[in-house]
Amino acid sequence: MLLRGKAHKFGDDVNTDYIIAGKYKFKTLDMDELAKHVMEDLDPEFHARLAPGDFVVAGRNFGCGSSREQAPLALVHARVGAVIASSFARLFYRNAVNTGLPVVECDTCLISNGDELQVDLDHGEVLNLTRGVTVSAAPLPPFMQRIFEDGGLAAHVRKHGGYCLGL
Amino acid sequence: MAEKIISSHSGTDARAGDIVIANVDFVMGQDGTSPLAIKAFRDMGGKKVFDPSKVAMVIDHGAPSPNEGTANLHRLMRDFAKEQTFVVYDVGEGVCHQLMPERGHVLPGDLVVGADSHTCTYGGIGAFSTGVGSTDLAATLITGRTWLKVPQSMKIVLKGRLPVGTYGKDLALYVAGKVTASGATYMSCEYCGEVVDRLGVDARLTLCNMAVEMGAKAGIIAPSDEVLSWVRSRSGRTPRPVFADEDARYTDVREFDVSHLAPQAARPHQVDNVCDVQDLSSVEIQQAFIGTCTNGRLEDLRVAASILEGRTVCRSVRLVVAPASRQVLLAALHEGILEILLKAGATVLPPGCGPCVGTHGGVPADGEVVVSTANRNFRGRMGNPAAEIYLASPATVAASAVTGRITDPRGFLG
Repeated sequence: MLLRGKAHKFGDDVNTDYIIAGKYKFKTLDMDELAKHVMEDLDPEFHARLAPGDFVVAGRNFGCGSSREQAPLALVHARVGAVIASSFARLFYRNAVNTGLPVVECDTCLISNGDELQVDLDHGEVLNLTRGVTVSAAPLPPFMQRIFEDGGLAAHVRKHGGYCLGL
Repeated sequence: MAEKIISSHSGTDARAGDIVIANVDFVMGQDGTSPLAIKAFRDMGGKKVFDPSKVAMVIDHGAPSPNEGTANLHRLMRDFAKEQTFVVYDVGEGVCHQLMPERGHVLPGDLVVGADSHTCTYGGIGAFSTGVGSTDLAATLITGRTWLKVPQSMKIVLKGRLPVGTYGKDLALYVAGKVTASGATYMSCEYCGEVVDRLGVDARLTLCNMAVEMGAKAGIIAPSDEVLSWVRSRSGRTPRPVFADEDARYTDVREFDVSHLAPQAARPHQVDNVCDVQDLSSVEIQQAFIGTCTNGRLEDLRVAASILEGRTVCRSVRLVVAPASRQVLLAALHEGILEILLKAGATVLPPGCGPCVGTHGGVPADGEVVVSTANRNFRGRMGNPAAEIYLASPATVAASAVTGRITDPRGFLG
């Protein structure tokens, strides 16, 4: 699958409270409502500037903090194409795969705010169209790849009647 | 210890890096994560939870409900729990991570998943417990299992003797500062050493609670005799304690001699931005908060009361206290702790998580500084991104409430 969009660059240790603050997530299951507040505490204008398919790009330890699945879901509902980071916190990474948000782990040093990117999820490559450089990404572990391909954990469990390691 | 517990629950010889499917002994969700899990449960075609006696949901993050949206999500949880015949701990019972060990739901050697990142707390009594998201929680509610990548283990050895005025929280902050916010990503942090051996149940829970702040999947401590008798008094089940082998494999071993450790604090807005409390003596505060799944237990309130007895909270400071559970609140009442806190000027909230996560019950104003016993000081964490949060022990928070500045508590202790 090929994705294309503009990079919105953030730093290291972007935590789940920054992705969606606790004060919003306890009120509603309406993810479109939560999506309006995504990244608000780091950048109040983020949602207004975001075009569908754009990428959140960050440094180390993206998604550290809480187990809230509202974080990847709010990004999905804000129509973020994928999150590209140097590394992810384990709970966020797992929740993202479970909920169908593409997460790409690669060196993000060569990506600046506003760069045009093309992400090849099947081959694990990020092409920076603005700079003309390609960075290869760490593949999803095989079992997580299967969950993602099944359309998330709910679809996986429905399809197999439970977990299907099948390795 | 992680490999041994996961092996016994998955019927495999689990080694770090393996992916296994493991049976769980208990499953927990709170009001920030359960509503989405209920939705996912239905979406997966779930009809019945695998075993209602092994499931609990806790209404603690927005309790009592601060608005109609939260109230309606609480009702969704109550209706689901009634339909599925498992226990829901309702408003006022306490914080999920206090209730699970306190009510005997979790024992040493257990494997537990909870839809809250601080589920790693139960490692304090020797369980392998880890946080999951809502969809993972739903899958476990249906199957009674979860999938796990077996974590590598980091051994954290705390040597020496903990000085007067420093506590479990100071150890947790000090280690977080050294290991950093991502230094233990996907690992099981195993705390040991003579300092840890001497820690009581409350401090062990505090230490493991903050393992996730270093990216860890779990924190775990081999249970002492005190821990084993503590859990036996709370549960009808027999604990199956697990201890590390002599030749256990560790990816990383960190040793710290804490004989001269000063009280520690984390500066805004990162948990690993740690320094000695005495370096912050010029920082004025407007709010002090004692509570949360990190430090709202009886031992914490006792220490705070020992500092606040006969003293009063500075006029420019609001001291907010939220006991971790109804049992903690009742014990504090019987011991006279509540009277000391109230006479000193504290506002006591019902047991719950409100101020820590910014839902209600102590949201700071723009530009205000808070010193808190919580585990996170992220920008906006307490509900206002224009406020600053420092993290410290209950002793440091109590001393700071008296002086109006972040204060080393050692000058206040007999």
